[in-house]
Amino acid sequence: MRLQSYSKRRISKIKFLYILPFMILLGIFAYYPLYGWVYAFFDYTPPIPLSKSPFVGLKWFHSLVENQVKIDQLLQVIKNTFGMSGLNLLFSWLPMIFAIFLTEIKAVRFRKFIQTVTTLPNFISWVLVYSLAFSMFSSEGIINGLLKMLGFIDSPVLFLQNSDHVWFTMWMWTTWKALGWSAILYIAAIMGIDDALYEAAHVDGATRMQIIRYVVLPSMLPTYFVLLMLQIASFLNNGLEQYFVFQNAFNKDSIQGLDLYVYNLAMGGGSYSVSVAISMLKSLISVVLLFSVNKLSKLLRGESIV
Amino acid sequence: MSRVKMKVGLTDRIISVVVYTLFSLFALICVYPFYSIIINTISANDISARGDVVFLPKHIHFQNYLDVFKIPGLWDATLVSLGRTVIGTSLTVGASAFLGFMFTQEDMWGRKFWYRFTIITMFFNAGVIPWYLTMKSLHLTNNFLAYVLPTIVAPFFIILVKTFVESTPKELQQAASIDGAGIMTLFFRIMLPISKPILATVAIFSAVDQWNSFQDTLLLVTDSKLYSLQFILYNYINQASSLSTMVNLQNAGSTAMASLATKQTTTSIRMTVTIIVVAPILLVYPIFQRFFVKGIMIGAVKG
Repeated sequence: MRLQSYSKRRISKIKFLYILPFMILLGIFAYYPLYGWVYAFFDYTPPIPLSKSPFVGLKWFHSLVENQVKIDQLLQVIKNTFGMSGLNLLFSWLPMIFAIFLTEIKAVRFRKFIQTVTTLPNFISWVLVYSLAFSMFSSEGIINGLLKMLGFIDSPVLFLQNSDHVWFTMWMWTTWKALGWSAILYIAAIMGIDDALYEAAHVDGATRMQIIRYVVLPSMLPTYFVLLMLQIASFLNNGLEQYFVFQNAFNKDSIQGLDLYVYNLAMGGGSYSVSVAISMLKSLISVVLLFSVNKLSKLLRGESIV
Repeated sequence: MSRVKMKVGLTDRIISVVVYTLFSLFALICVYPFYSIIINTISANDISARGDVVFLPKHIHFQNYLDVFKIPGLWDATLVSLGRTVIGTSLTVGASAFLGFMFTQEDMWGRKFWYRFTIITMFFNAGVIPWYLTMKSLHLTNNFLAYVLPTIVAPFFIILVKTFVESTPKELQQAASIDGAGIMTLFFRIMLPISKPILATVAIFSAVDQWNSFQDTLLLVTDSKLYSLQFILYNYINQASSLSTMVNLQNAGSTAMASLATKQTTTSIRMTVTIIVVAPILLVYPIFQRFFVKGIMIGAVKG
């Protein structure tokens, strides 16, 4: 009896030893970089190593708001982040509508075709999206060519160098890339609706819109709620790649969100420490947001999301 | 009664027309950019540069696809991208299969803790600069390993495999255990063969991620021998004019004279490279589309 329980414990430990190398990898690549946050408290300028850099405490955090110019710059970046994430949040119901009306299509082949074609853009990189955008919208691009051919314009419209409507065009590209793909979850939810519900609604004489309103929509709201909460939690992380590839000298002021700003500060300006200080603040706020929406979800639905 | 019904029928039909039109329009917007670039790369370059190729290719030729490989670095980048896709995907699929399976072993020491330890990494990230400094301190800048090592343990894929394994009958594993199979035999002989569908899904996702990855080259690589195709494409968009001049000079040396139709322009170079970078995705996509869909649906159950 004793012997058996001992060997059971041993087996349990051996099983752990098998995954240990992977946990170490995860430690190195996911947890160890967090140590890099200490750079925010030092006056670090490469190539001088951190051990020889002077400790400066909260200097960099103070420096973010030390004069009006810096405050204005940071405010503009925050405004851009809120603007672009806000637009995405505002239209977060779009995939749901997309799914509802796609499943309303009775011609199966047409529906499958639309679904296949509209999910394709999700699988190409932002660099490729930018390249397509460049081919379509640059001054020698296809759209300008078309407009000229039709006689609408004489000189090319500079779509990409435009500093107006940057938030909106960025939202358009995000939607172009992700809409079809995001709809899949909702399509799955609609497929899961019990046929008896439809039949009951039919018997009661419900119209198509009424069925959508009272049968389909309620069945998707749980999915929508979870995704909305996750989107709120990542409100400050609107990503780097999209804005990096689309940025240029003309639109820089309105395209720079927090992630791009952090990158530009360090890689363009060499201000490593300030940049780390900002990304640290950003991460802390994101964690607070994540816990808050989790709490909210528990309160409203009795279920946590993470 | 019948009047009411007719009214309903009419609104129904109007809705249908609007829905069909809107979806067709959006599908067109999704496909046309790809189509237009393809027809431009195979049309005569002088016509294409004037912006006259809109619906159908004109004076078809394939010289552009031969010419772009004369640009130094494009071959290297193709090999780097292929290499990281093949090696990175193999490692990720192997590790996801093994870890997904191990996390179903209820008697493993600290199973719950280590599973959470793994999954929670999806929700935080130190930021690009700490990441860069870490990789630098590990000597993983300008190193091919930087492309494939960090992606080995992929929480999302582990969730996919674990969910799948949990949905298979427990008796399979129990029977094998009673027959005296060790954990590794169990994994290789029983789990790997039955997990094939989900592993195919993981492989596709992972391969697309590897192929599309841009940020790691941007941050970690300055050695042009290690540039990925995505990075090269980004550079080409910004400096295609000097490249076209160079290719034209090379051609002028070898052949007597490049005709206007095959002479490389800024646009022709950029578009041709774009198609080369997007081609693997376009070719693979129709075949594997159902795996993508299956993947996100299984992921949604737990994610």
